Amino acid sequence: MGSRQHVAMTGNEAVAHAMRQINPDVVAAYPITPQTDIVQFFSQFVADGMVKTEFVTVESEHSAMSATIGAAASGARAMTATSSQGLALMWEMLHIASGYRLPIVMPVVNRTLSGPINIHCDHSDTMGALTTGWIQLYSESAQEAYDNMIQAVRIAEHPDVRLPVMVCQDGFITSHGIESLEVLSDDEVAQFIGEYKPAYSVLDVDNPVTVGPLVLPDYLFEMKFQQAKAMEASRRVILEVGKEYARLTGREYGFLESYKLEDAERVIVVLSSTAGTTRAVVDELRRKGEKVGLLKPRVIRPFPASELRDALSHARAVAILDRAETFSTQGGPLFCEIRAAFYDAPKRPLMRNYIFGLGGRDVGTSQIESVFADLAEDVARGSVKTPVSYLDVRE
Amino acid sequence: MATLRELSRMPEVLVPGHRMCAGCGAPIVVRQVLRAAHAPVVVANATGCLEVSTTIYPFTSWQSPWIHTAFESAAASLSGVEAAYRSLKRQGKISQDIKFVAFGGDGGTYDIGLQSLSGALERGHKMVYVCYDNGAYMNTGIQRSSATPKGAETTTSPVGKVQPGKRGSRKDLTKIVAAHNIPYAAQVSPAHWNDLYAKAEKAFAADGPAFLNAIAPCPRGWRYDSSDTIELCRLAVDTCFWPLYEVENGKIRVTYKPKEKKPLVEFLKRQGRFNHLLRPGNEGLLEELQQEVDRQWEDLLAQSES
Ligand SMILES: Cc1ncc(C[n+]2csc(CCOP(=O)(O)OP(=O)(O)O)c2C)c(N)n1
Ligand code: SF4
Ligand SMILES: [Mg+2]
Repeated sequence: MGSRQHVAMTGNEAVAHAMRQINPDVVAAYPITPQTDIVQFFSQFVADGMVKTEFVTVESEHSAMSATIGAAASGARAMTATSSQGLALMWEMLHIASGYRLPIVMPVVNRTLSGPINIHCDHSDTMGALTTGWIQLYSESAQEAYDNMIQAVRIAEHPDVRLPVMVCQDGFITSHGIESLEVLSDDEVAQFIGEYKPAYSVLDVDNPVTVGPLVLPDYLFEMKFQQAKAMEASRRVILEVGKEYARLTGREYGFLESYKLEDAERVIVVLSSTAGTTRAVVDELRRKGEKVGLLKPRVIRPFPASELRDALSHARAVAILDRAETFSTQGGPLFCEIRAAFYDAPKRPLMRNYIFGLGGRDVGTSQIESVFADLAEDVARGSVKTPVSYLDVRE
Repeated sequence: MATLRELSRMPEVLVPGHRMCAGCGAPIVVRQVLRAAHAPVVVANATGCLEVSTTIYPFTSWQSPWIHTAFESAAASLSGVEAAYRSLKRQGKISQDIKFVAFGGDGGTYDIGLQSLSGALERGHKMVYVCYDNGAYMNTGIQRSSATPKGAETTTSPVGKVQPGKRGSRKDLTKIVAAHNIPYAAQVSPAHWNDLYAKAEKAFAADGPAFLNAIAPCPRGWRYDSSDTIELCRLAVDTCFWPLYEVENGKIRVTYKPKEKKPLVEFLKRQGRFNHLLRPGNEGLLEELQQEVDRQWEDLLAQSES
């Protein structure tokens, strides 16, 4: 497409559109609800000759990630996409992708992990992958999913980073909801992402490399240390790429997005689509004169601890909403990490956690209002009575 | 057909210095197969003895590009490499002709990697997959696989008061692979180097996926003297435990018929893992094993084109 356009697309369509514009050398993917559309749209692009991609129709997600790793190690821009069980089946290979420092970009459409099976949205899939060495970007809308995809290529491939990136969006809520969004022209995307310059390639037969050797205690630790350093370096790159993207589109992306936060006394922290619902409630309560606000992390790997401290320390009470369990009995994954980030902070707001929306349980404005009401009670009391609670569950 | 002298002068891809045991069959298979590539190769390796012993960082014995990802993923990862090659070649970013070859042990091929191998074969990637079959998970300490012969002792099919080693027959992987209707599949033995070389040449020349199943004795796991490796490779063929045949575009052909088929016990008695079968009381089991080899050999001859 020659020019920038406003289009109506689902989240999945927006991501597939971004993939077409990124035009990867290789895509290896396997269908799973609610990601399936991405694979289907992309198959059509391949069938219509709209991309230069070799499309590998693998027999499982384990092989999807294995083939993507093989392609990326061959100097190709390589992608896959998945959800839930598919991500779980990839788990072994996720570490190998990041450990081999391969800049793979993977859209993940968040869906509940089975036990029992459920196809709807929660974040148990990607929260289970927090320790895999992948950068994780979360998207509230189709627009953000699209924008994150384009930026992810630059972040992943930056020479100081060279780490894989997951671009997450909420299953069905975002992936299947039609929104209006602005997409860039194909040329703009091509220019923004640039040519891929791989660090090594197994197709370079004149300069043979041994990729994935046995590494023993004398070297492996250093490799993991370098990986941690790369994750640290990605913090700067994520911001730089976000600024450059803002110059192109007017839409700036950082680690966090805040809404009416400056003077907020009570704040909800939540990822992805639920931020939209929360924003509506913030507006409504603000009209009534209540000092409430929203903080939506976009990036949780690397974890923006200092940014979270800066953003939240002025608040009196904070509710962190987790769409996943840790079963530690100490709260959800975001809560545990955000609370830990405040351990050394001179000013610590009251903090409580809600596990919500598991298995796609709907979260409406009334539930969000109840959270702000609970926070008001905490503020009045000066303490948190229930650090971890379950929003809208039948006990 | 190249002479042995010519073959021995060809450049090596897997060079000395690796840590595989003396007498290990696996590197012999690799070196014989790679002589037939006649082009630069990219090698993929499944986790196993060959992989861990040839690439102890910061050293490598591989003179060609080589990639290992995981135990069950050699075929899938090489699919990705081959797909990248096709993509980059189509875009004019690569001009060389390159061959793709995967090496997996029997565990990485018959068992945990069977799904990814099957997927790669069905998709038609132009690659040669070589299984070096030593009949057990040797790298983790000689546990049984679905390639372990019936009656063999391994650490997870031990001989005990109520169990005579591994129960159940081997999986016939070569036939399973051939059932994918790929252009070429064959069984090879390093003792028959000329047969192996000819088959490897066909495999590399095939217009699509090709598969070689190579017997690869393991002195540790089979418990024999490390100087007997090639002798055991020969006995496996001469007893028809490991028939040499190929399946070319669906046609089965036995490529070597022993002049005189030797009794299976000739192969078994040279290996400690079968010691218990030779003890009094196990004659029935031994007879059963012989009958199974006979039946499979007769079936193969009946299916063979010539
Ligand atoms: C998913 C997974 N399961 C188990 C292992 C442990 N493991 C590593 S190598 C190996 C056995 C390899 O056996 P085989 O493929 O026959 O090769 P060999 O060691 O005999 O050469 C096992 C069980 C692993 N690395 N990955
Ligand atoms: S244990 Fe067996 S298969 Fe492994 S290197 Fe030694 S001889 Fe070879
Ligand atoms: Mg083995």
